[in-house]
Amino acid sequence: MIQVNGLTKDYGARRAIDNLTFDAEQGEIVGFLGPNGAGKTTTMRILTGYMPPTDGTAIVAGYDIVEESLEVRKRVGYLPETVPLYDDMTAVEYLKFMADLRKIPNSNDRAFEALEMVNLAERANSYIGNFSKGMRQRMGLAQALIHRPEVIILDEPTIGLDPAQVVEIRKVIREIGKDRTVLLSTHILTEAQQICDRVLIINKGRIVAEDTPENLQSRLAGSQRVLVRVRGESDELSVKVSKVKGVRDVEAKADGSVEFEFSAGQDVRPQVAKAVIQAGFDLLEMRPIGLSLEEIFLELTRDNAHQKKAS
Amino acid sequence: MRNIWTIAKREYDHYFISPIAYVVAFLILLTTGIIFAINLYSYIQYAFQSFGAAPDISPVTGSFGFLLVLSVPALTMRLLADEARMGTLELLLTAPVRDFELVAGKWLGGLLFILSILAVTLIYPILLNGIVIGNFTLLPQLVTPSIDRQLMFSSYLGVILVSASFLAIGVGFSAIFTNQIAAFFSTLSAFVFLWWLIGFPASVLQGTAAEVFRYLSMQTHFYEAFNQGRIYLTDIVYFVSLIALGLFTATTAVEIRRWS
Repeated sequence: MIQVNGLTKDYGARRAIDNLTFDAEQGEIVGFLGPNGAGKTTTMRILTGYMPPTDGTAIVAGYDIVEESLEVRKRVGYLPETVPLYDDMTAVEYLKFMADLRKIPNSNDRAFEALEMVNLAERANSYIGNFSKGMRQRMGLAQALIHRPEVIILDEPTIGLDPAQVVEIRKVIREIGKDRTVLLSTHILTEAQQICDRVLIINKGRIVAEDTPENLQSRLAGSQRVLVRVRGESDELSVKVSKVKGVRDVEAKADGSVEFEFSAGQDVRPQVAKAVIQAGFDLLEMRPIGLSLEEIFLELTRDNAHQKKAS
Repeated sequence: MRNIWTIAKREYDHYFISPIAYVVAFLILLTTGIIFAINLYSYIQYAFQSFGAAPDISPVTGSFGFLLVLSVPALTMRLLADEARMGTLELLLTAPVRDFELVAGKWLGGLLFILSILAVTLIYPILLNGIVIGNFTLLPQLVTPSIDRQLMFSSYLGVILVSASFLAIGVGFSAIFTNQIAAFFSTLSAFVFLWWLIGFPASVLQGTAAEVFRYLSMQTHFYEAFNQGRIYLTDIVYFVSLIALGLFTATTAVEIRRWS
């Protein structure tokens, strides 16, 4: 459904994406994970026919994105990062306008169908200008789904939503992803883990990793980092914590906190707790720290460099 | 083609909820109303002294050139600039719509709005001409047997062509800029140039050079032809070229936006 080959885009002298190659099958939800400025939006804009690439080719829904841009655009649903809405229109007017642009017959029924999908049917005749951020996001999604596209491209679909809405939208995306191809970008790791069948991690315009969320996680879960906080001095605490067997990379933080790491399958947390209490500290907190996206990138790029050296 | 209509319809509807459009409509109708009343009054004065021609509609249509120079920039400035600012341009450029269809739709929407204002001014010829059905007089005739219908047709055609050209140029500037104010002032400058400034050298120069500047001035094509009841192909070609130039510039600007 999506075949990308050597896609490159330069903005003047700056290379936004560099020789990207990946594909996505029908019925697959592919997550594009990366920090801001990694090239996610640029890639999506190229695939939706908004801008042409500097180099490389891409086939979306069976058509070339440059040669047959209009055919691609007919078959792709796109939710841009800044949700494109007309505040002066009601929800149903807006969707009818989009349906008319896509030459869909009985646009009224389809507008309501799309509103049902995103749970906004009861606000059909309200002006979009009065919508909350979450509702606007859902309107944007409705617009991307109205023509029942084969390929759906969503740029940060859950940004700005409250937790309940996030769950709701993820459910909608999983539902539509059953028989269609969904490419979505996010910078939230757990989101990628929850909805995507496959994750592409992109950094500085290059794909640094491509795998299922489970595999990526296990690759990264070689060790776990934990934070301990007590009433007292961090430096003193770090000395005590370092003495526990199996503890690595101890780092003293402000206001009585210490972070440390241990290898997976060798949980040293009970020993650490015991040691801290025996040393006379009041233990206030002990919690695992998930690897942040930045750390994953560091980890992955370090791995790549390491592998290159080894080979 | 259907896309042009879809976009034009949306744009036309949008004018009716925008305060600027109402201000423009109000100013145009107020000015033409005052001009009509003053002209009618002076015609009546002359009629008592039994000289002067019958009143016609050309003073009203004649005032449109000046009014359009000032009001069209306000109507066109947001057309594409606002879409770019709001991010909705991304929506339109990823919909199965050709760049030209987008631009032409915006232009047609503006033209339909101007035509609506023009339609209201038809009340003036109707007032002059009266409404007589058979032997029954619904509205008394001020001019008998009737006003000069050919002059009226040609004047209105002229106003429509001037509006269409101005709107096309306005759409072009709106496509170039993301900022509405920049679009407004550059459009206004272009109109002032085309309507007044470019004709000045014609009065100073002589021979072919004067002819060239005379041809380039919009006033020549409007006041010396359409508004006097004369329809020439050269004048139509002039306005159609301006429309094509404006729409081509706008389409190119949208394409450049894609590439940058």
